Amino acid sequence: MTLALLLIGFLLLAAAGAAMLSRNLIHSALLLTGAWAGIAGFYLWAGAEFVAFAQVLVYVGAVSMIVLFAVLLTRQGATTAPVEFDSFRRAAAGIITAGGVMGVLFGAILGTPMDVTSAPPPASITVRQIGAQLMGPHAAALLIVGVLLTVALLGAIVIAAVDKPDDPAP
Amino acid sequence: MSPLQLCLVLSSLLFCVGLAGALARSNTILVLLGIELMLNAANLNFIAFWRYGPQPAAGLGVIFVLFAIAVAAAEAAVGLALVIAIHRHRKTVRLQDSTALKG
Repeated sequence: MTLALLLIGFLLLAAAGAAMLSRNLIHSALLLTGAWAGIAGFYLWAGAEFVAFAQVLVYVGAVSMIVLFAVLLTRQGATTAPVEFDSFRRAAAGIITAGGVMGVLFGAILGTPMDVTSAPPPASITVRQIGAQLMGPHAAALLIVGVLLTVALLGAIVIAAVDKPDDPAP
Repeated sequence: MSPLQLCLVLSSLLFCVGLAGALARSNTILVLLGIELMLNAANLNFIAFWRYGPQPAAGLGVIFVLFAIAVAAAEAAVGLALVIAIHRHRKTVRLQDSTALKG
C-alpha cells in the first residue's frame, strides 16, 4: 500500500519537475498531462474513484487540450524554438523561495502529532452517496458552480475572440 | 511516518515544484501551469484528510475536490484566453514584456 503510494508520488513528481524544467513547451504540456494522470492515480489509491474519473476527464482530457491549443496559437517563429530560462537571478530566486516554503511545510507536517496511528478501514464513497450529497445539502453550490462555469467560458470566448470584424475577407 | 504524513509530504513537494516553476519561468503558459500544479496539490491534501479523517463516510473532502476541479477548469480556460489575447496584441508571451494593462 505504501509502496504504491511511493511509486505514484515518484512518477508524479518526476513528471511535474521535468515539465517545469523543460525548454520545449510542447514537452512541458505533455509531461504535465502525465503528472495529472499520476494525480488521478493517487485519487484511485486513496479510494476516491469518482474524483479520479473527474480528474481524468477534466485535466487529462480537457485542460491539456486547451494548453496545447494555447501553445500552438502563441508560438512564433521556428517550430522548435526553445524557451530559455529568463535569467539566473530569477530562476535562483524562485527555487530559493520554493525551498523555503518546502522547509516550513515539512517542519509543520513532521512536527505535528497526527492522531491516525491506528490504520483506519479503507474508506470509500459510492457514486450514489456523492450524488445524494450534491443534490441534497450542496445543491445551491452545484447551481452556483454551473453559473460560474457558463460565465467563465463565455468570458473566455469573448476575451480570445478576434475583435476586428472588418477583416478583409480573402 | 504515518500514511497521512506521507500524503502531506507528497502534496507539499508537488506544491513546491509548482511554486518554483511559477516563480522561475517567464513564459506565461508555464507560469499558469505551475499555478495549476499548486491547485492540484491542494486537492491532494483534501483527499488525504478525507481518507484519514475521523468521518470518511461523510464525503465532504470528495465534494470539495469536485468543486475545486470545476473552478480550476474555469480558471484555466480564462487564463489561457488571456494569454492568447495578450499574444495577439503584443506578439509576446513573456511576462516581463506585458507590464501595462492599457493599449
